[in-house]
Amino acid sequence: MTTWLKRQGFKPNITVAIFFAVVAVFFYGSILWTSYMSLTRSTLIPKYEVVGLVQYVDLFTNQRWLVSCLNMVIFGVFYMVGTLAFGILLAVLADRRIKAESFFRTIFLYPLAVSLIITGLSWRWLLDPTSGLQALVRGMGWESFTFDWLTRPDRAIYTLVIASIWHSAGLVMVIVLAGLRGIDSDLWKAIRMEGIPLWRAYLQVIFPGMRPVIASCVVLLMSEVIRGYDLIIAMTKGGPGIATEMPAKFAVDFYFTRVNLGLASAASMMMLLLSLLLLTPYFYSEFRRRI
Amino acid sequence: MTSAAIRREPAFGPRTARVGLYAFLVVSAVFFLLPLLLVIMNSLKPMEEIRQGNLLALPINPNFDAWVSAWQSACTGLECAGIRPGLWNSIKITVPSVVISTLAGALNGYALAQWKSRHANMIMLLVTVGLFVPYQAMLYPTVKILSNVGLFRTYLGIVFVHVIYGLPYTTLLFRNFYVGVPDEISRAARMEGASFLRTFWSIILPISTNILVVVAILQFTGIWNDYLLGLIFAGNDNLPMTVQLTNIVSNARGAANPNVNMAAALITAIPTLVVYFLSGRYFVRGIAAGAVKG
Repeated sequence: MTTWLKRQGFKPNITVAIFFAVVAVFFYGSILWTSYMSLTRSTLIPKYEVVGLVQYVDLFTNQRWLVSCLNMVIFGVFYMVGTLAFGILLAVLADRRIKAESFFRTIFLYPLAVSLIITGLSWRWLLDPTSGLQALVRGMGWESFTFDWLTRPDRAIYTLVIASIWHSAGLVMVIVLAGLRGIDSDLWKAIRMEGIPLWRAYLQVIFPGMRPVIASCVVLLMSEVIRGYDLIIAMTKGGPGIATEMPAKFAVDFYFTRVNLGLASAASMMMLLLSLLLLTPYFYSEFRRRI
Repeated sequence: MTSAAIRREPAFGPRTARVGLYAFLVVSAVFFLLPLLLVIMNSLKPMEEIRQGNLLALPINPNFDAWVSAWQSACTGLECAGIRPGLWNSIKITVPSVVISTLAGALNGYALAQWKSRHANMIMLLVTVGLFVPYQAMLYPTVKILSNVGLFRTYLGIVFVHVIYGLPYTTLLFRNFYVGVPDEISRAARMEGASFLRTFWSIILPISTNILVVVAILQFTGIWNDYLLGLIFAGNDNLPMTVQLTNIVSNARGAANPNVNMAAALITAIPTLVVYFLSGRYFVRGIAAGAVKG
């Protein structure tokens, strides 16, 4: 053993090989396997006869899947725009030399340490029309106040948006704040000399210079959208009806409770494909120069 | 140069702007604190106060009865032993998963940083893509592999899954750190005849305490808060707290006791919140490090 280690000398190749084998088997091997299953008629028990794209045809004629995809788009757009706007605003304000900065930052950031299950439960209780916010405002005398989005099929998805913004705004704030702190003080001096209004300085000089920072926020939020599962389970269970179903939940439901392995695999492959498509520009800019 | 040209906030009156700024920050703080306050308040209320229907009313006779029920007698299904067994399961799952995935990530990260090859960047790309693969595209094969070796729905199985699924992430965080460590340190060790593992263990790890803490905190938060993997891979005897919590909340007998549900939610949230409040600076640094990849 020791002589073998000595012969290895300083080379890290063995460690790299083991690590890469793990990634190759458990990540890429699993993806290949899932894509194979998506081409079969497997239900509870895997079948290995390839039948072509039948499951994908089934998937895209499945009402529940189509609603799930639409919900993900609606949720994704509002969540990303909302979180970015709120997070960037908080970062800019926190960068204005405010008093008690660390106090505010601690409050804005703690949701990140809270699980999405607990986030979903808390917001479900808070937005429950009979006992939460609506009841409070009515109790204070505004009898006609109505905020029943959680139980309305056309609005429930926005309660998920609110809870998710609550959970991730701090993330964007921290990342953008780190970017703002890295800005050369000469640039600020120049902006002041020119007498450029603050809002224009941010929109036209500061933010364009921080494009990579904002891009990594977008990438993080996007992958949260595609993976979104826990929050739905805790907050709406996909309801009312199928109003808040999303692809990640669709796939898990069909793997484990509706036991349709082929269809679940097809849904998972679509999720993977979407992640890769959306992330390609990011990977391209990150790795272009190095490969 | 006139003084007007070097004013800090030329767009509007500084005083109004300042008041508006703090008003916005305070309103935001209320938004962030509201769910936590709601849960704390109601976990302290007796059932008579809960029945009055307003969750946002302050408790009149606060006590810890709901906490006691949540801890030892709330029903997760047929069993009514509270969230306590879940706490032990979560600790038992999280501690080894964090330690192993962090140390293995450090070793791999160091190896990748040292490894000079034409293909190094290609492999880094493949590993980075691995971070963004939705679990759904790997779940079924992982279930199959673990069933074949008898580890599906076992304690070892869930730890194994957390370690494997976390590995690309921890490896990349460490690799980014070690790329910045001067090569002279490793070269000096090589001159002395130290092996790769020896160099890593005796020289590299001791200078990595900061990044070790950062990665361990991120992994702790992620694994403690995990729901999906625990639900699928842990098996009925090892269900983590997050799963037990949703069982308590959705249990028919528990549905009528929001105060107990909220106490159970708080008990589940306390460990990560404590880590967050104690380690604020590291936590923030971890997020920034995790976000800026490549």
